[in-house]
Amino acid sequence: VNLIPTEDHEAFRRSVRAFVEAKAPPTEVRRLIDDPTGYDDATWRQMSDQLALPGLAVTTELGGDGSGWTEVALVMEELGRALLPSPYLSTAVIATAVLLESSADAESAELLSLIASGKTTIAVAVGQPTADDSGVTLVAQHSPTGWTIDGDINFVIGGAQADVLLVPATSPDGPLFFRIEATADGVHRTPLTTLDLTRRQARIELRAAPAQPVGDSESASRALARGFDLTATAIAAEQLGGAAKCLEAAVAYAGMRQQFGRAIGSFQAVKHMCADMLIDVESVRSTVAYAAWVADNEPASLPVAASLAKACASDAFNRVSASNIQIHGGIGFTWEHDAHLYYRRARSTALLFGDSHWHRERLAHSLGMG
Amino acid sequence: MTEAQQHIDGTDDLEAFRDRVRTWLAAEAPRQGWLREESRSAAAARPQTHDVAGFERYLERARSCQHALFDAGFAGITWPKEYGGQGLSNREQVVFNEESQAYDLPLIPFTIGLGMCGPTVLAVGTDAQKRRHATPMLTGEEIWCQMFSEPGAGSDVAGLQMRAERANDQWRINGQKVWTSGAHYSRFGMLLARTSPDLPKHRGLTMFIVDMQTPGIQIRPLRQMNGASGFNEVFFDDVLIPAENVLGEVDDGWRTSLVTLMNERVAIGAGRQSGETPTAQSLVELAEHRGISHDSALRDAVAEVYIQERVLSLLSHRINGSILQGKAPGPEGSVAKLVATALARRAAALGAELAGPAAQAWSPTDPAGDHWAAVMLMAPGLSIAGGTDEIMRNIIGERVLGLPKEPSATKR
Repeated sequence: VNLIPTEDHEAFRRSVRAFVEAKAPPTEVRRLIDDPTGYDDATWRQMSDQLALPGLAVTTELGGDGSGWTEVALVMEELGRALLPSPYLSTAVIATAVLLESSADAESAELLSLIASGKTTIAVAVGQPTADDSGVTLVAQHSPTGWTIDGDINFVIGGAQADVLLVPATSPDGPLFFRIEATADGVHRTPLTTLDLTRRQARIELRAAPAQPVGDSESASRALARGFDLTATAIAAEQLGGAAKCLEAAVAYAGMRQQFGRAIGSFQAVKHMCADMLIDVESVRSTVAYAAWVADNEPASLPVAASLAKACASDAFNRVSASNIQIHGGIGFTWEHDAHLYYRRARSTALLFGDSHWHRERLAHSLGMG
Repeated sequence: MTEAQQHIDGTDDLEAFRDRVRTWLAAEAPRQGWLREESRSAAAARPQTHDVAGFERYLERARSCQHALFDAGFAGITWPKEYGGQGLSNREQVVFNEESQAYDLPLIPFTIGLGMCGPTVLAVGTDAQKRRHATPMLTGEEIWCQMFSEPGAGSDVAGLQMRAERANDQWRINGQKVWTSGAHYSRFGMLLARTSPDLPKHRGLTMFIVDMQTPGIQIRPLRQMNGASGFNEVFFDDVLIPAENVLGEVDDGWRTSLVTLMNERVAIGAGRQSGETPTAQSLVELAEHRGISHDSALRDAVAEVYIQERVLSLLSHRINGSILQGKAPGPEGSVAKLVATALARRAAALGAELAGPAAQAWSPTDPAGDHWAAVMLMAPGLSIAGGTDEIMRNIIGERVLGLPKEPSATKR
């Protein structure tokens, strides 16, 4: 296992960070919170044209970059630091992870090429897992005119903005993924009001929506499992970036803010809170580096590694983002301060793709607890 | 990686070294009783002074283990060749640590000497001191202890009061040390005493090498809360120490002690799970054995122990990985000890909860009956020894995060 970033990774990180910091200063993040689309299309195109980020994990034959999930995790970490709203998670992570499991299929290959070109955004209408099912609630039916899908699904990340929906549904042949054009008849998309102001979600209602199968039931089963774990890993990486940014903000403020004639960071109560934040951040950094390495090198260990990272990162980001508010005091509780944007992101992502209890339950099972 | 690059950064040599360690341990461990299961069944192997005969047997095993390492060329891996070491780098040390982790080498009595005193002697000692002391430390012949803490100087080491006064070409020492691990079986000790009471507190200290058999030294074991006696009070009553036993410069003992404490934190906090901390796997087995592994609250708690255990091991992996690549470890090196102590407390508490009433009363004839009690009674000590959790948080806050120091009530 190699958990130390290479020189290439560090150089890549620097270029992504420079881009993100230039394109998403806090004022821009605030502007996009009130923007109807929720992200800046020009920035998304530059992420594609300048840095080739959307196709990072797509193979080179399909026009992608052919990098791995280590690089994707690194991008997620940097996006998470800045809270830059973009279709990256829905398109470059979730949809890509699903489609890579059926990349021999022509339909999948086409969609992967479109992702890599940066021209198409895709939302995966996958439900959130409950204790005992995979989250597939939609039903597909075959008729002489083709497939149609019925059902409702909530919490679809980027669902109201995406050009294409990728939808898992049960069919007579088992679970299958389908492509649905977002503007097709029978597709109703309702933007949800979100706790996290920097990421849009939608409720999608399908009424005999025309659908095109992507891959087969075998690839769909693999895609549901691996797609879930890769998404959990990527979100953990994003949580790492957010938590690291909160730590930096808290330490900077604690070193500057004077009370009782001295910097508040010189008080042990505050200093120790900052030390605990660093412990959280470095713990998460370790599990995220491991899960990303496993995703690229040891696929069989991914379920455990992803649960390790997601459980650790969700709890840690919740704590660190709350401590950041506490250290900032009253100013940290204001709308104008960014602390609540990170707190919202922490609380929201902790509940997506398995909360920490769900992941610990999966770990307990993997440890052999009957 | 090209061959030329491998030659430059010594990757080949390192792998050859790893092979040598692996082969040697695989051959010696079964013969010497260093396999993990064996020493666990011989739980009595833990040094406890009230079991005099048992403790003597443990010390004997320890000395023979250290001597075997010396003969095989694995003692003092980073120490200079001219003083009996191997003249290799931290990278070989990391390789040795990684390879030996699968075994249970009985080396506890040497932790302080080889981890702290030796490196200090090598860093600031005279050539004569290095020649006299380094090799007997490495062979296991002479065990060392470290005498810094006093009843009035714990976390605030520089506040110590033990007096050292010049008496011709000797120093006369009076006062008391406390929490001195292994003083009762140590041949030498490293002592920090006040030589110039008029100087500011950090500037009037001097480090000495003390022969523990010198007349006037009295060692009294302290009984720990878990019943064991690993540490002592050491009383000095007009103890005379030759002037050549000053380690470093007179009145420069604080700087010398920082060398030691730095090594202490590396030695203790290098991301290793304490041998006394229950593993998540052992907690799973306990829950299965008691038929309570379906309880969702307990499953969640066991998984959390597993997460912390993996975090600690991944932190250690990152620290070792940095050293192996010739880089200084980043912040991960500073947080490992606190992760380890939190894990120890959590795992001990959960183990007792899973064991149920049997953790708090057992048949006197059950040899393993006290296991969970012993684990619970050890856990608090880990958060105190080698820098309390609170001092570690100060260090992280100030040296890693750059937060301002607390204004001092005493002059620095």
